[in-house]
Amino acid sequence: MKVLVPVKRVIDYNVKIRVKSDQSGVETENVKMAMNPFDEVAIEEALRMREAGVATEVVAVSIGTDKSQETLRTALAMGADEAMLIQTDADVEPLGVAKLLHKAVEKVGPEVVILGKQAIDDDSNQTGQMLAAMLDWPQGTFASKAEFSDGKVALSRETDDGIETLNLSLPAVITTDLRLNEPRYPNLPNIMKAKKKPLEVIQADSMGVDFASRLTVLKVEEPAEREPGVILGSVDELIDKLRNVEKVIS
Amino acid sequence: MSVLVVAEHNNSELNAMTLSAVSAASQLGDSDIHLLVAGENCGDVAKQAAAVAGVTKVFHAESAGLAHAIGENVAATVGSIAGDYSHILATATASGKNWMPRLAAQLDVQQISDITAVESADTFVRPIYAGNAMATVQSSDATKLITVRSTSFEAAADTGGSASVESVDAAGDFAGTQFVSEEVGESDRPDLVSAKVVVSGGRGMGSEENFKILEPLAEKLGAAIGASRAAVDAGYAPNELQVGQTGKVVAPDVYIAFGISGAIQHLAGMKESKVIVAVNTDEDAPIFQVASYGLVMDLFDVIPQLQEAL
Repeated sequence: MKVLVPVKRVIDYNVKIRVKSDQSGVETENVKMAMNPFDEVAIEEALRMREAGVATEVVAVSIGTDKSQETLRTALAMGADEAMLIQTDADVEPLGVAKLLHKAVEKVGPEVVILGKQAIDDDSNQTGQMLAAMLDWPQGTFASKAEFSDGKVALSRETDDGIETLNLSLPAVITTDLRLNEPRYPNLPNIMKAKKKPLEVIQADSMGVDFASRLTVLKVEEPAEREPGVILGSVDELIDKLRNVEKVIS
Repeated sequence: MSVLVVAEHNNSELNAMTLSAVSAASQLGDSDIHLLVAGENCGDVAKQAAAVAGVTKVFHAESAGLAHAIGENVAATVGSIAGDYSHILATATASGKNWMPRLAAQLDVQQISDITAVESADTFVRPIYAGNAMATVQSSDATKLITVRSTSFEAAADTGGSASVESVDAAGDFAGTQFVSEEVGESDRPDLVSAKVVVSGGRGMGSEENFKILEPLAEKLGAAIGASRAAVDAGYAPNELQVGQTGKVVAPDVYIAFGISGAIQHLAGMKESKVIVAVNTDEDAPIFQVASYGLVMDLFDVIPQLQEAL
């Protein structure tokens, strides 16, 4: 079976982001970019499926500018077999991304799509569920464990109360939580090999999908700053502050 | 104009976060607010929903397929009554995050996730980049689908309302998704998201066994226990305690962080707390930048002293 893994190029999770002074968005020029960490987990899980003989081929796909080719090369260096860039300079919202991925699924023919539960830039947490709806496939969101057998996957997912296990019939969409696995780092020989792996570029505009934005960003602002705090010298001082100044404990 | 709020519950009790979603709904203008309670044997929840102030009608859907809030079945059931609502709201919980985007795609709507403020009936504020920026977005969709961050809205009163309760059919039982089991963390302590006091442990706790020393302190303070991702990844604490960008968002009166360095992903989940206390031996730990009060001390000295003095 083929596994399709959508990946997104985002600002590296270690970078402290800066809001543009004209409030139009977040500064992305000359900022370190990386693969969305949840998507690294998705690639890793697909590779483990292939290594376990569950999957035969891992295809990475990304939607974005030409620069997203770097992210796809990272996926290939980790071990993906091929990659596809759906090229557009537009900012595509999750609904539009899911529509384009729907087309990619029709083209590639995977039995499983695995992707991050959210991207750490817009924090929407929507794309996987939307894609599952468009395909009318089961959705296994926030996965911390996936065991495949007999055309099904036993999927453990992180909920607000603990862990829930579902049985999903394939084909299915799975979204990853961070505890599903620990992604591998690409080594130098694999980075070299990745340069020769197939990477197809398709124009998003040619896919027959309306992915125009439905949301207009009116402004992007810095969050309210907290008042600077104080370092105290003892536990007694702390209790005094909490009890008598803040009155938050009795 | 009518607004539909989809209730979060466990088939016996209405989750308090739903009350915050009702409060967000009430800010959308002059509109009727309806609540949908979808579950199995959840009649008591429908009664509680009918008593929520400001709610004019409660829809009650019953089916075995809704017992565990399977996303496919919840989305279908909400979709079957979505009709002419101008807005459909849910809580930004693991459940709401799971089913609402599925419905959004079925209705061809770009959902607005995790709103922290209502500017007008079509304009909302939501955090992006782990809350390091706040985006104000305006929706052009005819129906707005929204998940609500409960800590940003006062809870509506859970008494005073007298809505009628109407039964509706549950839609479908999606064959491809079957519930198998659930492991739920047992706790007598207050709910993490709505607790007034939270004591939270990070990697500095050192082990699963050490993490347990937070329990008697939490007991004394009437506090919920939270954890950083590092502590959950290391196996010191279960996943449902995780506070942060990808875990729970809390905003208690006081949040006491023990041995938490304060990665931006953790701060995203707790920096709206009224008072933040940080206890860490590393005086350069970023947690001190958001702390109201800091103790550069060993948490294993501080916890017994607190315990003693309280």
